[in-house]
Amino acid sequence: MTDNNGDYGTGRGRLISALAKIQKKHGYLPEDALSELSRKMGISKSEVYGVATFYSQFKFDPPAKHTLHICLGTACHVRGGMKILESVRKRFKVNPGETTEDRKFALERVACLGCCALAPVVVLDGEIHGKMTPESVDKLIDDLDAPERGV
Amino acid sequence: MGFKEARQKAHDVWASLVDNKRPLIFAGAASCGRAAGVQSVISAFRTRLAEKGIEASIIEVGCVGMCYLEPIIDIKMPGKPRVSYSNINPARARKLIADHIIGGEVCEDLAIGTVGEQRADGIPGLFEHPMLAAQNRRVLRNCGLIDPTNIDHYIATGGYSGIEKAIEIGPEATIEMVKKSGLRGRGGAGFPTYRKWEFCRRSPGTPKFLICNADEGDPGAFMNRSLLEGDPHAVLEGMLIAGLAIGSSKGIIYARAEYPLAVERLKIALAQMSEYGLLGDGIMGSSFSFEIELEEGAGAFVCGEETALIAALEGRRGMPRPRPPFPAVSGLWGKPTNVNNVETLGNLPQILINGPDWFAELGTEKSKGTKTFALAGKVKRTGLVEVALGTKLRDIVFSIGGGILDEKKFKAVQTGGPSGGCIPLEMLDLPVDYERLAEAGSIMGSGGMVVMDESTCPVDIAHYFISFTQQESCGKCPPCRIGTNKMLGILQKIKSGKGTMRDLALLEELALTVKRASLCGLGQTAPNPVLSTLRYFRDEYIEHIRNRRCPAGVCRKPRKKAADNHNSNSVADATGGE
Repeated sequence: MTDNNGDYGTGRGRLISALAKIQKKHGYLPEDALSELSRKMGISKSEVYGVATFYSQFKFDPPAKHTLHICLGTACHVRGGMKILESVRKRFKVNPGETTEDRKFALERVACLGCCALAPVVVLDGEIHGKMTPESVDKLIDDLDAPERGV
Repeated sequence: MGFKEARQKAHDVWASLVDNKRPLIFAGAASCGRAAGVQSVISAFRTRLAEKGIEASIIEVGCVGMCYLEPIIDIKMPGKPRVSYSNINPARARKLIADHIIGGEVCEDLAIGTVGEQRADGIPGLFEHPMLAAQNRRVLRNCGLIDPTNIDHYIATGGYSGIEKAIEIGPEATIEMVKKSGLRGRGGAGFPTYRKWEFCRRSPGTPKFLICNADEGDPGAFMNRSLLEGDPHAVLEGMLIAGLAIGSSKGIIYARAEYPLAVERLKIALAQMSEYGLLGDGIMGSSFSFEIELEEGAGAFVCGEETALIAALEGRRGMPRPRPPFPAVSGLWGKPTNVNNVETLGNLPQILINGPDWFAELGTEKSKGTKTFALAGKVKRTGLVEVALGTKLRDIVFSIGGGILDEKKFKAVQTGGPSGGCIPLEMLDLPVDYERLAEAGSIMGSGGMVVMDESTCPVDIAHYFISFTQQESCGKCPPCRIGTNKMLGILQKIKSGKGTMRDLALLEELALTVKRASLCGLGQTAPNPVLSTLRYFRDEYIEHIRNRRCPAGVCRKPRKKAADNHNSNSVADATGGE
């Protein structure tokens, strides 16, 4: 939130959008970019880091080649979202928030994407898919350009 | 361009749709339509139309609320009625082109109804469909029918006449009108909108800020997403009206990061408002000036709480602070600030246009108007519905929702997301209003309504919500930070068949403490799912404890060998799984 002029606020309101901009450019928040931001905005590095870590959108590792978000909102929960999560977790041996060692596949959970009527829902590389099952998610992953079976 | 000319132009644009010269194809392209694959349907239409050399327009619209029938496609041939088709895939798209667009015959087997006044033989009106017939679609009146990226469609259907009226009668009379309507905050708490406005209007200090809270974070709720995707101008016009009423010239929308399409549509809508002179200095030739800025959230559930939201806008960790002072006195940057929910704002234009009596003709004594609900879970017809307040839960679940999937038995309906509770079968005749839901141990909340059948376990649901609030707790106050964590531990224990009756007593005691002692709404309401399931399904908790058995068959005992749990922070622990 920009704060027009010096009458109120300190430019501080731009911190989160500045972080978002860095993430958009790099896909994550590299440490040197955070240091530079801290210098430029006159906000201590620990505070910049404190703000960034509060929000779930900010990542501190380079993005994987493919990212699968599994929705675990209420509707997805009662309609089997957990089963999908368990199956993907077993297949790639990663927990939510983790990436495979070859950095090809990342698994994320999300609280609700708001497509509850089509539960369970997953998002693969930004594309939403509804009414999923562990099998259909498997197939989605298999259909990626470079299948990463048996990572 | 003055607004009068803009309105004339909009009517011309709309008339060309009603009296179209070439085939029109309306595609339901909100997030739910996209999840159901509408994009591949649209490209199938494009390809085949090009192959056949047919000139037609494809218009992307929002969601009519029948998400279970997505992808929904409407076709309107020149001089013919607009016909809605459901469950369209690329093959069916090609069939629609062959039969309806080229052959001129309505595909009766795929049609679900006609939109508008014209009828087709043998096809009922779409709004006579059992899911829609029992609804009162006021806030959602345009969703699924107009192009949300075209301001002319909104203006032609009465848009921006509400702010015109507000400018004409002035701020005091606008507040009076909203007072008379009985509108209460649709974000969940139900505080009278006019009172919030009065506090802010009377507070000294400039500038004043008007914030639209579009940080819809409750899992199982998508009302605001649908409205922003399907009719963004209704919310933006509401912001103009609220801004005028409180004496603000600065509006901010705080939108949830997980809603990229809503953000995109808002950006388009804001650019169009500027172009039409609906933002900036001297709106509609008056002395009223207003700017709107769009801020994307960065992902934190607690930021739906107004003081946390303000902290996020100030570039800090989104943690709430004690009130008073209320934001109306000291909010963003210490200035008087009014925070309204998306749906509250979306109601305003029509209150101004149709008057407070029209608004208040629906509803109960203390809860006037309509409310949108996101109907999901184990129900046949899932989607976004809008009903008069006071409608019975039974009517929502059975008449509108069509009853339970797979002919299973109804168990409970969960309202209010992680802040609400489960309402059991015996209470299905409860009229939905703010007071009655609270008496039943739930809350109105923002409008999530998740239906549960006999195969849903109340202990698992309580565990699910507590694991959510425990993760989303900002950590500032100990009752919420530690209390939710301890409650989660006990629920985990009960789920896995290791609970004792002492645990149950402790769980209840903790729940009441967290409820009373937490700093903000997140902690104060977090125990509701536990307390309400204990109130109505205590026997199932006891069954888990005494007989180590989950009657619904959801909770399983942990595997004997802990070897699989290579990580103590296992997925199951973190997400509320088995």
